[in-house]
Amino acid sequence: MRNPYRTQAVAFFFLLLATLLIVVPVGLVVVIIVQKGLPAVNWTFLSDIPRQGMRAGGIFPAIIGTFYLVSGAILFALPIGLLAAVYLTEYAKDNLLTRIIKLAIVNLAGVPSVVYGLFGLALFVVFFKFGASILSGSLTLGIMILPIIITTSREALESVPASFREVSLSLGVSKWQTIRHIVLPNAIPGILTGTILGLGRAAGETAPILFTVAAFYLPQLPGSVFDQVMALPYHLYVISTQVPNVDEKIRYGTAFVLLALVLFMNLIAIVIRSKFRKKKKW
Amino acid sequence: MVTFDIKDLSVQFGHIRALKKVSLAIHANEILSIIGPSNSGKTTFLRMLNRLNELHVKYRMEGAIRIGEDGLFRVDVELLRKRVGMVFALPLPLPFSVFDNVAYGVRMHGEKKKKSLDERVQKALQEAYLWEEVKDRLGESAFKLSGGQQQRLCIARTLAVEPEVILFDEPCSGLDPISTAKVEDAMLKLKSRYTIVLVTNNVKQAARVGDRTAFFLGGELIELDATEKMFTAPGDQRTDDYIRGKFG
Amino acid sequence: MRKFKEFIIEKLILACGVASIFFVVLIFLFLVKEGLAVFRSVSFSHFMFGHKWYPISEPPHLGILPLILGSILVTIGAAVISVPIGVGCAVYIAEIAPLRVKEILKAGIELLAAIPSVVLGFVGMVTLVPLVKNIFHLPTGLTALSGSVMLAFMAMPTIVSIAEDALYSVPKNYKEGAFALGATHWQTIWRVMLPAASSGIVAAVMLGIGRVIGETMAVMMITGNAAILPKSILVPVRTLTATVAAEMGEAVVGSEHYFALFAIGIVLFVISFMINVTADLFLHRRP
Repeated sequence: MRNPYRTQAVAFFFLLLATLLIVVPVGLVVVIIVQKGLPAVNWTFLSDIPRQGMRAGGIFPAIIGTFYLVSGAILFALPIGLLAAVYLTEYAKDNLLTRIIKLAIVNLAGVPSVVYGLFGLALFVVFFKFGASILSGSLTLGIMILPIIITTSREALESVPASFREVSLSLGVSKWQTIRHIVLPNAIPGILTGTILGLGRAAGETAPILFTVAAFYLPQLPGSVFDQVMALPYHLYVISTQVPNVDEKIRYGTAFVLLALVLFMNLIAIVIRSKFRKKKKW
Repeated sequence: MVTFDIKDLSVQFGHIRALKKVSLAIHANEILSIIGPSNSGKTTFLRMLNRLNELHVKYRMEGAIRIGEDGLFRVDVELLRKRVGMVFALPLPLPFSVFDNVAYGVRMHGEKKKKSLDERVQKALQEAYLWEEVKDRLGESAFKLSGGQQQRLCIARTLAVEPEVILFDEPCSGLDPISTAKVEDAMLKLKSRYTIVLVTNNVKQAARVGDRTAFFLGGELIELDATEKMFTAPGDQRTDDYIRGKFG
Repeated sequence: MRKFKEFIIEKLILACGVASIFFVVLIFLFLVKEGLAVFRSVSFSHFMFGHKWYPISEPPHLGILPLILGSILVTIGAAVISVPIGVGCAVYIAEIAPLRVKEILKAGIELLAAIPSVVLGFVGMVTLVPLVKNIFHLPTGLTALSGSVMLAFMAMPTIVSIAEDALYSVPKNYKEGAFALGATHWQTIWRVMLPAASSGIVAAVMLGIGRVIGETMAVMMITGNAAILPKSILVPVRTLTATVAAEMGEAVVGSEHYFALFAIGIVLFVISFMINVTADLFLHRRP
């Protein structure tokens, strides 16, 4: 007869091994990029335009481009996503329509990022004739992060106790006033968390902006929303695969800036979330 | 002063029948106590009067309710809830300051002037016998008050929107005896100006404050009579058993 | 007046509520609008099962079988790696890790999910690709295997977090019951917890695989992009997603090539739709 405790010890060893197989490489990725990328980053690198066919100089236009794209995406996705979450938590009944909306959100979250790129190309660039522009790219990214905003906002709204709503309604206050003055203010930290996570996602994605906005090399800053821009993730892709003989330092430096940006946003989101959980008054 | 007239009221949540053909009248300026074991339909009945049951997804009702001369469902629901205030089982302050809790309903109904807001808040707190205790703490978070103070704050919040009827849903279930006595005091003094419906699972409380008492069991109204008569010579064996604490 | 304002606001909220449906339909319509045109020049079966993908030869050959097989190969490889590791890690986090370690591990998994795919692709290029090349003595390390390994890491956060949720939501008394009968912790996990959480774990695996099939940038950077029928896992391949990403930049709007890339988009959309709907059914199945 096998000893059940020995079986258990073996099994637990493999479970720990599986965990380490995920955690250690992730740690390594971060360590490698920080170790090799951090020395490459200085003020010139952040504030200069790329020079000598992107083999020297900095990445300023890509940073600015990403900033514009991400701002545009959130400007589009936050109001729609937040109101959609309000609909689902406060108004939706348990019926077929609600079921379909939830399924649509799940699907929107699952659509491959490159398909978003195709969609943005077909709808915004070609059909609406926005061309490859900040507008097209932002809208594409905005639709892509919509499910993140909806899902996190919904969690935030649902975490507001039902009793607050009952109290407010029992005073003869209207439903919208209740949402506006009781539910939304108390859900702000959660909504903020979702917004920042959405920002981080939009900042890191490449495939949706490939054909809708990203410029291979465009040293000057955009003048309007109908201009193309460079963007950090696409720039990293370009200098890693499309341009030969780029100094390793520049590649690592770009990867570091992008990773730092995205992880920083996630960190803020996590901090807000845990602070909020501790501070909860009810 | 407002009265209710309820005829053959039945309520269902999904497959659960919460109320079965309840008929009764509520008079002006009385305290009507409703007693009964848990799940007897007391709270469901109470929440019909300000239509709060409608928040439940699977709610269905039959029967008729009149408030004064009007059908309950003909009155605008926000106006109805303004006229029929409610105090809940647990103290439920909103996450604001003491002042803002009381002022909330008033503000939402369109009052913007600082001066009249101040007056309304002070008046409501006085009526709820809380003013003396909190007049120097109006800016503090409502969560800092004691449980009994919080419950009286909730009463003040309800009074501030100037209702005609107040529904109390087991308002003392989370309170110690001293706080309970203060809340009961407030209720008795409010009787002169408001119609009060009190749901309680504390039989003694019903005996102390109710003019009339109704006994609910399994969603049915078993008996309704003057409180004194009910507690001395109940007409139904089940009422007698319940009052004597044989089940509950 | 206020009533009217609120009426408008509530209609607006309803409109935003159904916006998700609108966008899903819109995506599908525009893929179809641009993609179906390809079937004027190639038949459906030629498109799906043609062996040759030479979109810019004259006349173009638009058979996506090599791309489909490329995607399948990379996906199977990634699944073989990520499913046991991911589920194992989920069990470890849900059942074994002490509370503090659990918090750290969960943060680590979130971190992994947040790393942009282009960064992972870059890291794969500079670390994994030379490694694969040297270990197997290959002319190039840009192979399906490299892609599988990298994609496995992108699938893991999805698998771990959803599987962990599933394990977490198993009623506590199941576990207590098993302990009361004298089962060891591992026996409880193996005989009670895993079967009870099985539908959630299946959903986790499916969504992880969905993530792999749709992944684009990392795969394009490290699989070598050769649109030929793959004969082993140690040769360069090209996936459906990488093809679209790599070629759309050069395709002329309105050309057959352009239409064909959109048709690939339809294929990807349909695959992800089916995976997500099925996974959703598993997730909401009442035990």
